[in-house]
Amino acid sequence: MTDRFTSRGFFGRRRDAGSERADRIPPGQYLTDGFPVLSAGPTPQVPLDRWEFTIDGLVSEPVRWSWEQFQALPSRDWTVDISCVTKWTKLDTVWHGVSVDDLLAAVEVDPKARFVTAHSFGGYTTNLPLTDLVNNQAFVAYLYDGAPLESAHGGPARLVVPHLYFWKSAKWVRGMHLIENDQPGFWESLGYHNRGDPWREERYSGD
Amino acid sequence: MDDSLMLDANAVAGDLAEMFGYDVTASMHCCSHCGNRGAMATLLAYIHGPGIVLRCSICHEVVVRWVRTPTRTYLDARGAAYMEVATR
Amino acid sequence: MPEPLAWQIGTVTAVRPESAEVKSFTLALPAWRPHRAGQHYDVRLTAEDGYQAQRSYSIASAPSRTGEVELTIERIPDGEVSPYFHDVVRVGDKVEVRGPIGGYFVWEPALGGPLMLVAGGSGVVPLMAMIRERAAAGDATPTALLYSSRTIDDVIYRDELASLASSNHGLQVVQTLTRSQPPGWTGYARRIDSEMLGDVLRGLGPQPLAYICGPTLLVEATANGLVELGLPPARVRTERFGPTT
Repeated sequence: MTDRFTSRGFFGRRRDAGSERADRIPPGQYLTDGFPVLSAGPTPQVPLDRWEFTIDGLVSEPVRWSWEQFQALPSRDWTVDISCVTKWTKLDTVWHGVSVDDLLAAVEVDPKARFVTAHSFGGYTTNLPLTDLVNNQAFVAYLYDGAPLESAHGGPARLVVPHLYFWKSAKWVRGMHLIENDQPGFWESLGYHNRGDPWREERYSGD
Repeated sequence: MDDSLMLDANAVAGDLAEMFGYDVTASMHCCSHCGNRGAMATLLAYIHGPGIVLRCSICHEVVVRWVRTPTRTYLDARGAAYMEVATR
Repeated sequence: MPEPLAWQIGTVTAVRPESAEVKSFTLALPAWRPHRAGQHYDVRLTAEDGYQAQRSYSIASAPSRTGEVELTIERIPDGEVSPYFHDVVRVGDKVEVRGPIGGYFVWEPALGGPLMLVAGGSGVVPLMAMIRERAAAGDATPTALLYSSRTIDDVIYRDELASLASSNHGLQVVQTLTRSQPPGWTGYARRIDSEMLGDVLRGLGPQPLAYICGPTLLVEATANGLVELGLPPARVRTERFGPTT
């Protein structure tokens, strides 16, 4: 039995989901009403006339969209639950954006491409298996709750991959490199899990 | 840079000390990106994330990354070309 | 050689309200070591199920007060650690701490002056440790504290600062209230700006050492302002507290 010190009367900021929503909260997570802002660096300020989104790497021909071109792509609303590795989960978040499937439809993906590095204005990177980005599992969002996505939350546009921990949902995303071999990104290269499935609590490498 | 989430590195001095064994905030570093020399405490700290990121106050590039998991602590200080501390 | 840091369990021996949102907690520490004014302790709370939260709090007391430290903590409404201190902690409780920490944002009389201290809200805490140490040492380094608060009710250490300023040679306390001022208020009534900084600097000698502590935006603006007024950047030290909420 560990004789660990505990602070009398301390429970932390966590809340119970209530039984009707408990099954929507991954293990080890707690529910939040707010939308915490987490960052590895200063908030990039990207003017829309400088914004672009690129898909390159293992594709026949890279493709690049300007903001106007991106806005003209087929888009839809998404209502999803999101979980951050720092343990908060937010249910029923509402976004609007373009499915990654529709973005990939603009390129011819080389069969050797199995992984993606998503990269952002400001230098952030994160890696994902291609299989986690297709089939309606991921999108690039530019509206949150009906309004333009704030820069603190990743605007003008961010990647959203709701079924993985939210560090994979790269803020200020500017493109995807399609690659053959997995390349650990900013946090994955320093102790975080390569894939990050909240339902398996894949927080850290070795989990 | 007026990013209100940013702190000075002395806010994370205790955590860094877990890796270095002592408080490094008064130690000097040299930024490997721009060559700026200064106390570790002058680095800009971003702490509200999966880990701690310390950035050069001049060029804003990453100098230190630090992650604590339940079983390990990681430090990437490649952004510091060197660190120095007076021993006497 | 600097000493390694370890967690220790302190005991709360006193709790004192400083204002509606701010309380000071005295902790008796079994492994107390003298600190330097400006340093802080890390505080770690652990729940029964192992969940932990950790924050840093500046030491308010002077190092000459042996065996115990005073931490002055502002209650942040949606915070996790400060509400625990304000709403739950009582005398006799145990608190896990690590420190003293910080080799950069520190001052002692040997470092000289003049001293320009600029505080925003609870940023006054580490600067108060410097002022208390200066008084305890009988030091007369010319010192100005420019202290920004929202209203008169948010000002902490008021009586002590007034007493030190009137009896203590060479300490000037200048206040600004940014949101509302009581009738008859003679201090400043706006956010800190270059003109205010210039006014205060004029009362000090040349080339002061500056220590600025408070919310990040105030610290940034003040540091830039002082450098523009001619202070060498190497003589300006900052401790950002993060956003005001």
